[in-house]
Amino acid sequence: MIPGALLPCLLFAAHINDLWYAIPLILVVSVVYSATRHELAGPIVSGATRMAAWICAFMLVGFVLLFTLSAML
Amino acid sequence: MPGAKGSIDMTTDAAAAGETMASPAEERLEIDLKDPALAAFLAWLLPGLGHWYQGRRHKAILFFVCILGTFIYGLYLGEGRVVYASWRDEDRRPHYFCQVAVGLPALPALLQAQRAKPIPFPFYEDFMVPPQVTPEGGPGPRPDGLDTLHKRLNRYWELGTVYTMIAGLLNILAIYDAWGGPAYSIAEKKDDDEEAGGGGDPDGGGTEGNS
Repeated sequence: MIPGALLPCLLFAAHINDLWYAIPLILVVSVVYSATRHELAGPIVSGATRMAAWICAFMLVGFVLLFTLSAML
Repeated sequence: MPGAKGSIDMTTDAAAAGETMASPAEERLEIDLKDPALAAFLAWLLPGLGHWYQGRRHKAILFFVCILGTFIYGLYLGEGRVVYASWRDEDRRPHYFCQVAVGLPALPALLQAQRAKPIPFPFYEDFMVPPQVTPEGGPGPRPDGLDTLHKRLNRYWELGTVYTMIAGLLNILAIYDAWGGPAYSIAEKKDDDEEAGGGGDPDGGGTEGNS
């Protein structure tokens, strides 16, 4: 019998490879969005970096919330 | 917004009104949008083409590589089957409305949906062909059926769909950029003003310190 708190960990470990598919999307979305708000390369790169960091932080917060919820239920 | 002759001057338009986050270098830029409507159409037809027409070559290459790369990778993940046009009762595909924003690369799906005998493509024989759908209560799964595709491709079906949809949605942003120029934000400009007023480095530009 698997303890309830361990199940989310096992599920996450089984699907961790799927997270790699998010990386190209995060990069592309950040770069294209930033490119539509700036004209020069420097501001585009810095804006894209900032947005990528925001997306990653948002995903991390979502992950922690859902992981905690599923561990508690 | 494009001017009457399709150009925007950051020194006189939004920048002067304090509505932009343009860096000092960008504020001195004058972007010739040429014919914005034509540029927008070209940007829809092929990602980056509208910007190439306007002479904004670096952005044209960036959009072409990023958007088309995402679309093609999504197609690859879904073996060329995730982009198709179908409005059958058993299989409505609203995803195509996002995918078709990529323009020409998604248009073969319209052709394939109209033809009784699909056009064969070199890499994927059933490229963008709507899959067969088993009617409710009908016979079991068909070899080329939607359920078989879902089973065979598994999560790659969803991944491919998401990639191609996001490519289309990103091209909408690129189309707007070709039509109206860069959309500098108001909020970041305010942050910059506060930084400059608070002894910050005004040359740090509108791109720093907002996170």
